[in-house]
Amino acid sequence: MFIRNDLCDLCGSCVAVCPVDAISIEEFSAAIAEDICTKCGNCRIVCPARAVFEQEES
Amino acid sequence: MNNAEYDVVVVGAGPAGSVTARFAAENGASVLMLERDREAGIPVRCAEGISSGGLDKFIDIDKRWIAAEISTARLYTPDGRSMDMKSEVMGYILERRIFDNALCDIACSKGVVMKTKANVTGIVKNEDRSVTLFYKYLGKEYRVKCRIVIGADGIESRVGRWFGLKTNLKLEDISSSVQYTLNNIKVEKHIISFYFGTKIAPGGYAWIFPKSENSANVGVGVAGSFAKEKGAQEYLDEFVERTFPNASKSYTVYAGIPITTTLPEITADNLMLVGDAAHQVNPITGGGIKQAMIAGKIAGETAAEAIRRGDFSVKALKQYPQRWEKALGARHRFMYSIKEKVLYASDERLNKISKMFENTSPNMISLTDLFKQVIKGDPKLIADMAKAFVVSKLPF
Repeated sequence: MFIRNDLCDLCGSCVAVCPVDAISIEEFSAAIAEDICTKCGNCRIVCPARAVFEQEES
Repeated sequence: MNNAEYDVVVVGAGPAGSVTARFAAENGASVLMLERDREAGIPVRCAEGISSGGLDKFIDIDKRWIAAEISTARLYTPDGRSMDMKSEVMGYILERRIFDNALCDIACSKGVVMKTKANVTGIVKNEDRSVTLFYKYLGKEYRVKCRIVIGADGIESRVGRWFGLKTNLKLEDISSSVQYTLNNIKVEKHIISFYFGTKIAPGGYAWIFPKSENSANVGVGVAGSFAKEKGAQEYLDEFVERTFPNASKSYTVYAGIPITTTLPEITADNLMLVGDAAHQVNPITGGGIKQAMIAGKIAGETAAEAIRRGDFSVKALKQYPQRWEKALGARHRFMYSIKEKVLYASDERLNKISKMFENTSPNMISLTDLFKQVIKGDPKLIADMAKAFVVSKLPF
């Protein structure tokens, strides 16, 4: 899973629904720790800004 | 003013944080409040509605932060019919940026030390039962020692996780929301409108909260479990196209709203969670400002009392969850128990209830009539909706 920071509004919804605490939001960006992520897709579904993608290329 | 030690450190300066800080300080604790953004109240991730009842216990009512006074809630069913429910004074549409800053101003006047652009990065528990918080401020790393940490850091609640609390939300228990502030529109300034229907906002609703005669916060929240194929913004764009085709957008914001019961654990040794971080939100309407303030007052008083007694264990903080349960916790559990009935109702059921009031003139339903005279249609559903959106002690 990959967060596009040009779309992300830093609202924290993805952090709240991540069952394994793999997502962190810093001052100006959000990121998913790939080694922790289980690819459940919750973050992608919940993101109101549709900023989460399965892969970086998307 | 730059002590490295305080009784209480509050993380987050929204209404939950600033009210907690204020009541802790007012009752004798030394308090530092750290806000990650450049000021409290921004970005506004909120429809800005609040019920007016009891608000003056927290702040003198001031025109500076009131955009509109609301007396009527208008509920639209999927077929486009509506019914108005009126109450004496229902509430306000706020200017959150001004409101949040006013709450911080009160907190600071009680002795709270506040810093903005201060990003808390972690905590360490010390052997002497104190906690050290680490934060970045203007490019430098700082640390501050305290006895009690208040996690008022919103839906993300990193603070809760650092203390081992499970704060994650299930997809069905978060409202994935988008809101525009629309301009060049015409709205009635005293009416807040809610639109229901599976094609409008599945598992949620669309709203119009007026900010003036010519502008409004217009948004859609959909339950996370319904947002897989089509997201809140697509629903909102369709809604705006239908309702306000000529509108301009002066503000766009995204948010997740916890629509569930209060977290089972809102305290730990040295910790209290307040507001969205504790899921202290009306699980049907998503209203959480006053809820956060009520929780903040209890948490602040509890923190000061714990400091006085020198005991910051989870046991010493138990007054907070107990008093919250009585204030609103139980009420939120009830609302959660009827959430699916109200927010997952089929379009057919919803349409029936507005039909029932078709001949009510002038389409104005008094709440007593509502409960007395419902004889056809779907009385249980309309009663539940009224409980949730109108007669509830605190819909917003």
